[in-house]
Amino acid sequence: MSTLTANAASSLAGASAPTGTARQFCTFVLDDLYFGVEVLKVQEVIRYQDMTRVPLAPGVVQGLINLRGQIVTAIDLRRRLELPERSDDARPMNVVVRTSDGVVSLLVDEIGDVVEVDDASFERPPDTISGAARALVTGVYKLKHRLLLALDVEQTTALDLESAAERRI
Amino acid sequence: MQPLDDVVKEFLVESLENLDRLDRSLVDLEQDPHDRENLASIFRTIHTIKGTCGFLGFGKLESVSHVGESLLSRMRDGELVLNAAITTGLLAMVDAIRRILAVVEATGGEPNEDYGELIAMLNRLNAPGQKPAAAPAATVVMAEAVAAPGPASSPVGTATDTTAPRPEHAPARATEEIPMEIEIVDARSSDERPTGGERRPAIVDTSLRVDVGLLDKLMNLVGELVLARNQILQFTTSLSDSAFIGATQRLNLVASELQEGVMKTRMQPIDNVWSKFPRVVRDLAIACGKQVRIEMVGKDTELDKTIIEAIKDPLTHVVRNSADHGIETPSARIACGKPPEGVVRLRAFHEGGQINIEISDDGAGIDPEKVRRKAVDRSMVSAEQAARMSDHEALRLIFLPGFSTAEKITNVSGRGVGMDVVKTNIEKIGGTVDIQSTLGQGTTLKIRIPLTLAIIPALMVSTGGEVFAIPQVSLLELVRLEGEHARAGIERIGAATFYRLRGNLLPLVQLHSELNLASQGDPGIVNIVVLKADDRQFGLVVDSVNDTEEIVVKPLGRQLKSVQVFAGATIMGDGHVALILDATRLAQQAHVLSADRDRKPSDRQGGPLAHETADAQTWMLFQVNGTERMAMPLHLVARLEEFATADIERSGGQEVVQYRGEILPLVSLTRFFGGTANSESDPRQVIVFSDHGRSVGLVVDRILDIVTETITPTRSQARSGILGAAVIQQRVTDLLDVAAIVRHALPESVSEPVAA
Repeated sequence: MSTLTANAASSLAGASAPTGTARQFCTFVLDDLYFGVEVLKVQEVIRYQDMTRVPLAPGVVQGLINLRGQIVTAIDLRRRLELPERSDDARPMNVVVRTSDGVVSLLVDEIGDVVEVDDASFERPPDTISGAARALVTGVYKLKHRLLLALDVEQTTALDLESAAERRI
Repeated sequence: MQPLDDVVKEFLVESLENLDRLDRSLVDLEQDPHDRENLASIFRTIHTIKGTCGFLGFGKLESVSHVGESLLSRMRDGELVLNAAITTGLLAMVDAIRRILAVVEATGGEPNEDYGELIAMLNRLNAPGQKPAAAPAATVVMAEAVAAPGPASSPVGTATDTTAPRPEHAPARATEEIPMEIEIVDARSSDERPTGGERRPAIVDTSLRVDVGLLDKLMNLVGELVLARNQILQFTTSLSDSAFIGATQRLNLVASELQEGVMKTRMQPIDNVWSKFPRVVRDLAIACGKQVRIEMVGKDTELDKTIIEAIKDPLTHVVRNSADHGIETPSARIACGKPPEGVVRLRAFHEGGQINIEISDDGAGIDPEKVRRKAVDRSMVSAEQAARMSDHEALRLIFLPGFSTAEKITNVSGRGVGMDVVKTNIEKIGGTVDIQSTLGQGTTLKIRIPLTLAIIPALMVSTGGEVFAIPQVSLLELVRLEGEHARAGIERIGAATFYRLRGNLLPLVQLHSELNLASQGDPGIVNIVVLKADDRQFGLVVDSVNDTEEIVVKPLGRQLKSVQVFAGATIMGDGHVALILDATRLAQQAHVLSADRDRKPSDRQGGPLAHETADAQTWMLFQVNGTERMAMPLHLVARLEEFATADIERSGGQEVVQYRGEILPLVSLTRFFGGTANSESDPRQVIVFSDHGRSVGLVVDRILDIVTETITPTRSQARSGILGAAVIQQRVTDLLDVAAIVRHALPESVSEPVAA
């Protein structure tokens, strides 16, 4: 894990020369970890929006946002992945993804570039990834300077499968 | 081929619609065979089908409808009077046409089935030798038959519109050889493809068929428009440009009217579902050897298209049940002193933002004893549970899956699938079902369905800094208490709080504590939103009441399905998202209402013991005879009162008190349980409860507390007036048998079940 560098992901754009079958990932940073979801699943990326809290909701649900007349549930990915809470003044970004159950927004710290990865660089999630993240990450792409954790959008947004312990309040 | 396909499609839609009407018309006609207008309309329908299908080249369909038409035309001309046999024949023809149309719809061609037998039967009906007046139809038939073989190559050709008016113009001078002629004609027409008139029907002139998908889309767009309008309306509060305000007002009006118009397009009269019931009932009655009449009230009651679709099957099932199980055979009815003909009554009406549909029959009714036995036989409930149930609760057992009381299974109903499906389907669209039955007098099934439309008026309230929408359907009134009233108006019994709303105890629910929010309201002001959840009222205490707004209901994502107190979300005028509160769920969560939402409060009266389920119930605890702790379900309590001993009078050997212009009988529980009334305080503490519009006051020593607890009652302590005992608040508490007390206080009510 120590190989992961903390800073902006932009320098990596295009760094990995595509060979063989390539996929595009929309990347973002959460607590110094570098994640990605397949670009085709991403509807849009928008900056921080005012949210309506949902009382009694599972803790990972941050609130509801008004996305041009559509009501979208925002999931705090830090909580979902059981990472430390983000500091209060930090404003998360919305990665709006399409799932089988409609559109859901994932709240992330920082947006990276769209990167192209090679299937050949894919590996099963290493044992060092712990906790909730392990169940939600399909695998790791070994980029030149860092590792990209590929997130399973369906699993990440399917809260009803989680145990009650997952729910706060 | 595309245009032809469209023509066929239109023909199918039109014909199927007409056929549905036909079923109904024929049964009506049987009641009044001389209704010429009805007859003429039936004739026209069949004629249109015949004409069009000839034009489209559906030979079999044409030959079937043709014989029917011949028969009808003779009746129309008064030469034949409708009887049961003819009706059956015509209905069989309608069925045959429907079958053919179904095959056409599925495959594009006609079925291979041969309808010779049906045609022959219709011909026999058409040609009774004893009827001296001969058939004008015959001439028509002949004329057509002559025309038919000729222009077969050019279907649109010669024999066009002339067929329609001909029966009128040529009620031919009678001839004896008609039957034979018809035989010949029919034999031919089933082989060949004679052409008929291709007259277009008249109904399409003023109406238009629209795809429901398009309507749905329009509905969504109107929803968006309403939201945009709300947003613009918000600007008018901060801007003072008069032109802008004028334009906004116009936009407001137009948007409202547009919204109303679009919603109306989706509304259909319930008659669309009902129209097939006369036929269903008639067929059933004949199959079972019964006489059943169907009556309908409120045919014009309009429902949203989606709801119409959803209730179609459940309603059909219930109506069949009524005719099959409910109504007795004529002889049995006469033996009971009822008219031989049974009545199934359908009633639909709007009430309180809900649609009520009632299906009642004057049949045998359902025997709760039988239901209990059956449920025990099938191990659905234990014998003990069954014994404790009130009759009404027992009746509701028929909604359990796999239940059927029919002694013998007929081909129409009684297979044990049914009422549970009815209930599930109705509940799927947010409705409720209830049943009432009096043995020997009949059964009534009541269905209540919310008018679930996407745009609803709602009251916006704030609590803990958040805004919530409460649908006005569940809103009764608003109460605002200030200053002294705010402090003194709220009464506490244990942890529960109440407000005396015009003398009635209104349980209060604090919205902020139900939602785990911190109240930000002014402590000197109490805002109570009085809501109705099922049949119960409760007060929701909120920080502030904002205003009313037309809101567009949007569903919540799957991630929030676990939060049941919200019915959805909406976008407010300022673009923020507000959650919509579900009053019923909220009441359940706060234990104001039991989780078993179907049960009406009065159901409990007979036996609170029957609720050994896990759901907690709210009990009122009080003291009797000095030391005895007793409990009764809180929802039975109408009011708590105090009466000075001096005000108590006697009437008919019973203590009474003048109360709200009535005489309220008082029952001293201490004396009822054999104690002396010394311990009773002055003023006396009285628990008032109502049953069937009559009130009874229970005199107790002291009101102790109100608790919400899940109890496990035992029957060991049972004696007159006591149902059993349970541990409530770690102390043994007797459970009062309210029904027994009522019987004691109002002996005349013994014959009636208290909980009915």
